[in-house]
Amino acid sequence: MFAFNYHRPDRIEEALMRARDSGDAKFLAGGQTLIPTLKQRLAAPGDLIDLGSIPGLAGIEVTPQAVTIGAMTRHADVAASPEIRRAVPALAELAGLIGDPAVRNRGTLGGSVANNDPSADYPAACLALGATIRTDRRALPAEAFFCGLFETALEEDEIVTAVSFPVPAAAAYRKFANPASRYAMAGAFVARAGEGVRVAITGAGQDGVFRWIDAEEALTAVFAPTALDGLALSADDMIADMHGDGAYRAHLAAVMTRRAVAALAAG
Amino acid sequence: MTSLSITVNGRPVAAEIDPRTLLVQFLRDELRLTGSHVGCDTSQCGACTVHLDGRAVKSCTVLAVQAEGAQVLTVEGLAAGKALHPMQDAFREHHGLQCGFCTSGMIMAGIEIVNRHGFALDEHTVREALEGNLCRCTGYHNIVLAIIGGAEAMARLPGATPAAAG
Repeated sequence: MFAFNYHRPDRIEEALMRARDSGDAKFLAGGQTLIPTLKQRLAAPGDLIDLGSIPGLAGIEVTPQAVTIGAMTRHADVAASPEIRRAVPALAELAGLIGDPAVRNRGTLGGSVANNDPSADYPAACLALGATIRTDRRALPAEAFFCGLFETALEEDEIVTAVSFPVPAAAAYRKFANPASRYAMAGAFVARAGEGVRVAITGAGQDGVFRWIDAEEALTAVFAPTALDGLALSADDMIADMHGDGAYRAHLAAVMTRRAVAALAAG
Repeated sequence: MTSLSITVNGRPVAAEIDPRTLLVQFLRDELRLTGSHVGCDTSQCGACTVHLDGRAVKSCTVLAVQAEGAQVLTVEGLAAGKALHPMQDAFREHHGLQCGFCTSGMIMAGIEIVNRHGFALDEHTVREALEGNLCRCTGYHNIVLAIIGGAEAMARLPGATPAAAG
């Protein structure tokens, strides 16, 4: 790890001020991605601003319309929340599939969306449910927030404060996890709301999480796994690495989508 | 340097540390609590598992300064004098180890499994909940038996409730 100055502000205003003064700062949430990145010397911020002591950034609020989760809420708390399990069980289930139990005890929703790893789980839920990402200064729809591989619409000194997920009529998430890292090799989040169906794919796309529009249209017409017959994602647009090539991931993303749809169609 | 005040195994500790210090480095190198091991150093193997405010974490992926004000419990803090914690005793009883390198992390993970899932554990639950703890000897069979047995023994502790077990 390269040296950094460590700050632990107890107010968000102070965190923002530190970041502006530094010009070379990183915010630390749960640290389950950032600390390994620092250890590998893949990041060398001059200042590390720990958000762990700022009150009000963690918590869960459920209304009939939306589930709002504070940015510093740990994955384990989302997975175990009885309110979320009732309102959007797929979201609690997704949180319970991230990493392993000890990672889920530290990792946070805000850290996950701010990092926008192309194989992370939460971005798929955000996109499929049409979530709103709230920051210290604005509210952004998920589609405007995620801008490609590890890229978001966040300014350098902007902090995610909460994510608000509209409650769907039904939703399911299926992922094929890398056996070692537990990151998604491909994951599909399928949500039904009103007349429409939304399908978000993570783990597969070269530009990170994306909506599979062809599948959405087919499933809106007929909501059954067979509606996806004949549809295929382009292997050229998929991640190809030591774990699997583009054709494998394109196929796997479709299989995960079918499984999610089958789970929902079975009621 | 950053000042740090934490409680480790019930004992208050204050130190001035480089903020880069990982929690596991602080425990091992500064406090000489070498029961928590650094196996992979990439948050996969779980040999460094300790409890931070009652929850299992990988201490190779937590900065010591992030634990400011917190309660840290390591494997050294489990026994009451010479009496082993029931989970430690269960690992001895079931021979839940081969080389022993992963054992302290397994024991700390095992206690959290009881805290989360209760005293009556089935094999499937334990195996799923151990996904972040690797045994390179592949001695999982007896590790799983030990955790199930340890959970039953923890239920017999006076005043036992899962939340108070760790």
